[in-house]
Amino acid sequence: MRIFMNLCKDKLAIASLVFIAVLITAGLFAPVFAPHNPEEVNMSLRYAGPSWEYILGNDHLGRCILSRIIYGIRPSVLWVFAALFISVLIGSILGFLAGYFRGKNDAFIMKLCDVLLSFPGYVMALALVGLLGVGLENILIAFILIKWAWFARVIRTSVMQYAELDYIKFAKASGISHGKIIWKHIVPVTFSDIAVISSSSMGTMILQISGFSFLGLGVQAPQAEWGMMLNEAREVMFTRPELMLAPGLAIVLVVMALNFLSDSLQVALDPRLLNSNKGNQVMAPVSKIKIQEKEVPN
Amino acid sequence: MGSYIIKRLISAIPLLFIISLITFGLINLSPMDPAKVVLEAQGVPKITEELIAQTKADLGMDKPFIIRYFDWVVACLHLDFGTSYVTGKPVWSLIGPAFLNTLKLTTVSSAAIIVLSILLGVACALTAGRLIDKSVRGLSFFLTAMPSYWLASLLIWYFSVHLDLLPTSGMASVEHYILPVTVITVSYVGIYFRFVRSSMLSNLNEDYVLYGRACGLSEWKVTMHILRNSLQVAVSIFCMAIPIILGSTVVIENVFAWPGLGSLSVRSILNRDFPIIQAYVLILAAAFVLFNTISDIINAAMNPKLRNGL
Amino acid sequence: MNILEVKNLKIWDSQTGKGIITNSSFQLKQGSCLGIVGESGSGKSVTCRSIMRLNKPPLRQSGNILFKGEDLNTLSEKDMRRRRGKNLCMIMQSGMSAFDPSNVIGVHLHETLSEHFGWNKAQVAEKMGHAMRSVMLENPLEMMNKYPHQLSGGMLQRTMIALSIVLEPDIIIADEPTTALDAISQFEVVDQFVKLRKQMGSSIIFVSHDLGAVKKMADEVLVMKDGEIVDRGDIQSIFSESQHEFTKYIVSARMALSGNFNNLMRSV
Repeated sequence: MRIFMNLCKDKLAIASLVFIAVLITAGLFAPVFAPHNPEEVNMSLRYAGPSWEYILGNDHLGRCILSRIIYGIRPSVLWVFAALFISVLIGSILGFLAGYFRGKNDAFIMKLCDVLLSFPGYVMALALVGLLGVGLENILIAFILIKWAWFARVIRTSVMQYAELDYIKFAKASGISHGKIIWKHIVPVTFSDIAVISSSSMGTMILQISGFSFLGLGVQAPQAEWGMMLNEAREVMFTRPELMLAPGLAIVLVVMALNFLSDSLQVALDPRLLNSNKGNQVMAPVSKIKIQEKEVPN
Repeated sequence: MGSYIIKRLISAIPLLFIISLITFGLINLSPMDPAKVVLEAQGVPKITEELIAQTKADLGMDKPFIIRYFDWVVACLHLDFGTSYVTGKPVWSLIGPAFLNTLKLTTVSSAAIIVLSILLGVACALTAGRLIDKSVRGLSFFLTAMPSYWLASLLIWYFSVHLDLLPTSGMASVEHYILPVTVITVSYVGIYFRFVRSSMLSNLNEDYVLYGRACGLSEWKVTMHILRNSLQVAVSIFCMAIPIILGSTVVIENVFAWPGLGSLSVRSILNRDFPIIQAYVLILAAAFVLFNTISDIINAAMNPKLRNGL
Repeated sequence: MNILEVKNLKIWDSQTGKGIITNSSFQLKQGSCLGIVGESGSGKSVTCRSIMRLNKPPLRQSGNILFKGEDLNTLSEKDMRRRRGKNLCMIMQSGMSAFDPSNVIGVHLHETLSEHFGWNKAQVAEKMGHAMRSVMLENPLEMMNKYPHQLSGGMLQRTMIALSIVLEPDIIIADEPTTALDAISQFEVVDQFVKLRKQMGSSIIFVSHDLGAVKKMADEVLVMKDGEIVDRGDIQSIFSESQHEFTKYIVSARMALSGNFNNLMRSV
């Protein structure tokens, strides 16, 4: 509740939250919100400008751009959310195993993470897509396979911090089951760290995945996806540059909203940052890992 | 110091070994039979069982995994990455020049990113909380949220089409560098200047800054001390950034038709030309490990505490 | 003659509006030593830094700080900088963190002395060498080529004292100079301070929560609590006949501690 109150003080964060909520709703109920069928070709409306019927105009096949944007929320945002959720889940489970039980499991999991993190993530995603074949599912699978290691490592650090505390040791000594300790005492306190790191990767992931689609490695025509739409718009860039605007701005707005939200979340969870000039977080030794996460702003 | 460098280099070897094993193993994880891929890639009209068996024997794919792996590693050490499935040319003859082109782009961009990040980071740290700091950070928020290929397209439209000032694609002259380098720089500076800034800010609170001022040192000298200490962290981060930039020029190269690794790899992925993908991953992963190692060595060299402990 | 007169000093945080020092006035006599005692967080360090005008930006200060009749609070930054080091010299709590960790300590010494006197390396080495030997630091030349982490806290503390000997300031402000040291180094450093006073006749502001050190050094004492000066007086009266509750409390706490220590020592 306190976290929510803190978040409320930040108007920008509220605006971002509302924006993302609206976007998710629009994406989930795309058929209700979209005025037209996104794949309906109408050659008589090629490159038509905005009109009351087609608010954002029509593309090179006369399809409704607004409807394509709304349907595009699904692959561009919702599926990315899902992929992020899965990789955070894998990362959390392994992170908890490693950080709480330590010992051999820990050493093994961390070695595995080290190896995975020593690959440039973006290149590996590209290679996996190359092996699995072109398509959105394969891009998502590639990202899940690559990102979990980073989450596992950060979550392990966070879990270790709390697992060393006296009250956890006391709980262990008094014979409470491990499952119960983790669930009742460690999950709630590490949850904030997990929320911050996952929200901060969301924007990067949307950019990267839309970049793959832009290269033609993701969603295949005629399905609507923002990166894909930009790819199509690029073909006619010299004559119809305005087609680049709507999908591009959609990506910029979503990523900005997510980044604002992630920053505010960080402040809301750690009010110390608020007083000490937002964003001055002192460099932690994890910076080297951090930088790998912030890899590619495509 | 010397022994540390050697130790650090040796410790990178097992990692390189694992990387090569994974890179090689990946091809075998592919759901498709490589022999079939080869035939498809070469556009053979009718693929029969005999043809697949024949191709397998030709490519040495009937040997056990371990033997193939060692053959491959030995060949790779001689820069022999096999032959392209599609064109039948040696992979190195395709990837070598492409790598060089990407390296050129990366070098120029990295230099621009490092210089700008330091300048902006220092400017923001010194004006923390005031107008310059706030506006630069606000702008960086917007720029880092921008898909780089979108920015690239907008710049091409404005500077090349609208104003007709700069070339849109290729790498024939110096002018060809301007747009791609600008795009890469813009997308990364927003991230890296923050590291310089926060590192400067945390140093500003150190006692030695207070004591320096209390001894009457000029603000310039105090700032140089802060910079010296802040850059220690920044240098290792920049070192890490170079292979990341090297690997992420993929999209930009495609937009600007830059004849580099990125364009080549995407084409290979679309054609399922495995040997090229393999070589691409191996080279970049090795670069990643190499720069990681260099980053650690530089860090140790710059930090007297570490240096003397070696 | 008062060399330093602080009148109505107020310090507050401009971001939160919270007052840190509500209203302080005190004087430092020429050649004397003023001790400031109090719990941590009572505003001792902030007061010291406000004299040098070195508090961090969100902190603002008002009032008069008269140094030889001149108000430091109204000086330009450039004039103020010239007085730092030369007229007002500071000795920090932790020698370990007071020197730039990436440079040998000679760099700081050289920069400071060339700033104020325009000396070259050889002159700095000569004068510093002399001063460092006088505070019992052997091999000064070798020391000047070492990094802070290669030296001990006590050695760095004495290096700071040596630097202030060379600078010959009018006022030395020592902010908890013994707190970070072990007992033996503490004794040595306090000893050096006593000698320094005798030799140079500088006025000293000596901040500490170590009442033993203050008793050895100070002529007069200020007792601070929550940003206010709650009690003041000369050293004898503070230690033996203070009427103030808080002063009695900290003096008795100190007595209890040392009493305990003495008992322990006797029983050994």
